[in-house]
Amino acid sequence: MKKNLNHALFTALITFIVSFPLLGLNLVPSGTFLTIDPADAGQFVYIFGAVILVFVFQLFRDQIMGILQGIPRPSLPESMHLSQLPQEKRNRFENGFTLAIVVIALIWPFLVSRGAIDLATLVLIYVMLGLGLNIVVGLAGLLDLGYVAFYAVGAYSYALLSEYFGMSFWLALPIGGLMAALFGFILGFPVLRLRGDYLAIVTLGFGEIIRILLNNLTELTGGPNGIPGIPKPTLFGMEFGRRVKEEGNTLFHDVFGIAYDSSYKVIFLYVLALLLVLFTIFVIRRLVRMPVGRAWEALREDEIACRSLGLNRTAIKLSAFTIGAAFAGFAGCFFAARQGFISPESFTFIESAIILAIVVLGGMGSQMGVILAAIAMTVLPELAREFQEYRMLMFGLMMVLMMVWRPQGLLPAKRPHLELSDVK
Amino acid sequence: MSNSTTNAASEAAHQAAVAQSSTILSVKDLTMQFGGLVAVNGVSLKVGDGQIVSIIGPNGAGKTTVFNCLSGFYTPTSGIIRFQGREIQGMPDFKISRLGMVRTFQHVRLFSNMTVIENLLVAQHRHVNTSLLAGLFKSSDYRQKEEQAMHRARYWLDKVNLTKLANREAGNLAYGQQRRLEIARCMVTEPQLLMLDEPAAGLNPKETKDLDNLIVSLKEDYHVSVLLIEHDMNLVMGISDAIYVINQGQPLAAGSPDQIRNNPEVIKAYLGEA
Repeated sequence: MKKNLNHALFTALITFIVSFPLLGLNLVPSGTFLTIDPADAGQFVYIFGAVILVFVFQLFRDQIMGILQGIPRPSLPESMHLSQLPQEKRNRFENGFTLAIVVIALIWPFLVSRGAIDLATLVLIYVMLGLGLNIVVGLAGLLDLGYVAFYAVGAYSYALLSEYFGMSFWLALPIGGLMAALFGFILGFPVLRLRGDYLAIVTLGFGEIIRILLNNLTELTGGPNGIPGIPKPTLFGMEFGRRVKEEGNTLFHDVFGIAYDSSYKVIFLYVLALLLVLFTIFVIRRLVRMPVGRAWEALREDEIACRSLGLNRTAIKLSAFTIGAAFAGFAGCFFAARQGFISPESFTFIESAIILAIVVLGGMGSQMGVILAAIAMTVLPELAREFQEYRMLMFGLMMVLMMVWRPQGLLPAKRPHLELSDVK
Repeated sequence: MSNSTTNAASEAAHQAAVAQSSTILSVKDLTMQFGGLVAVNGVSLKVGDGQIVSIIGPNGAGKTTVFNCLSGFYTPTSGIIRFQGREIQGMPDFKISRLGMVRTFQHVRLFSNMTVIENLLVAQHRHVNTSLLAGLFKSSDYRQKEEQAMHRARYWLDKVNLTKLANREAGNLAYGQQRRLEIARCMVTEPQLLMLDEPAAGLNPKETKDLDNLIVSLKEDYHVSVLLIEHDMNLVMGISDAIYVINQGQPLAAGSPDQIRNNPEVIKAYLGEA
């Protein structure tokens, strides 16, 4: 108790020191000078309220954390626990569940408003990014804080290719993926020997380098002004706008003889994103069960044992960086096409942090978890829009609570169950 | 004087023992220096095809350093290491392992968050089809290789008696089981030479006896040569074809178990001066 009292006094003092100059003093311009005036009484009430709150919380911290721990954790009822079901039933349940989600995702755009479809498209972009980063961080265990760089490479690949060479989205999509993969490969080389914190710092630097390059190569990328007027994807040469923008293309509503509706475009983009996500999920699911996927996880578990068993860690690390980056490239390509405008501002560190938060929150290495977390991380800030400036505060609070309640993530990764073959 | 004669005699006996079979691994004047510290100084040894050879010595004698040099974790300062007639000193560790020379570690190094069967599949990386396209499209060659890998894994699970635990996470196994899994994980790579670093450490007498049988079976049924570091003298004396003693980085003696058991210098090194 005495220790807590000292600690509480100390933290209360710190709170006062931090908040008093910020809230309790006003700078008032008088002529060419600034004078410092004390704020009005209301502000002081807030300051002392905060100080007392911190003091009380720290004093009774053990009790409060005890109560928090005691809150029942969200969990499925006993009968629905998957681990209790026999393997076959469990597989069937999981397959049915996945199918249901895909069906809901497919009919979703026809049920909800335009804004909701737009938001869902954004969610899908983050799902793709989360799944891609999951390879690097969740499976291979390489902490990458600069993942947004590959997203930027993908986006700028399409924007530049279409601006300078008039390349279509469908042609630029694989090229964007390849370009991002190439950058992943390039980043992979210098960081081969690094692990953990050191790796995180270098990747963080890499992310910033790409953003600053894009910002300063003004002649090529338009610098901070970005690239406007990126064409939207077409469906077999059909555009979704009111009028044809590019010669030789037709209009979707003309071809089908229906009235123009701007929501066709939104739905098309959504379906396109959904297809890209399904492709991503399919490929990564395969990869995880392939030798390369097993090697990624083995490398995360014990690098020295890997080497002693004849696994080439260089090749394995590079493949994780390269393949992870490729998916960010696809996502970036799609992002550029959807927005129609990109600038370096879309690719700041906070994006990397959000994608990483999606992976950690979802449960490292778990695909379903990452998808759930991507939905939560994108939708909740939108729902909390009415709280205006408190939005980010609530967002932060939510993440803290999540980590207290479920430190292993929403849906922790499960080891695959492998059937043994019989030896004759 | 008596020492030099016993040494000479043991050397001759040893030469005879090795000469019976062809040599799979030969090490000549291996020296490893860390800055000013000479950890291993002029160690030479030979492992005959299908033999069990042990390295013994007090703690800190440099036995594990020798292993690290052989397996490519360290690049030796000088000396020649030949594996199946090929010089391998300075080669990267994973390439040495692919040649068929696989080791275990003093402390168990399993992929503890992966299942037992996954541990065995990872180890077969060089036997399976690692091409990305083959895997993504599940080509027939890929499926066939995966199936073979699964068979091999199953076979060794049976052999080390872990079949029932195949889908458990390796980190949750009992210590003795983890030790056995580590050996199985080496064996699925189909090595010619298995290097075991204190495999009996922390095992109870019953488990040590099982290990003893397993190692002998590896030699007799699978014709794998074994290079062993061990402190358990019953185990070493019982199964070794030849024994090398290292003390403070220097080679001290070499010979058959009987010769080593009666070598006064070895006794002195282990028990201290009288």
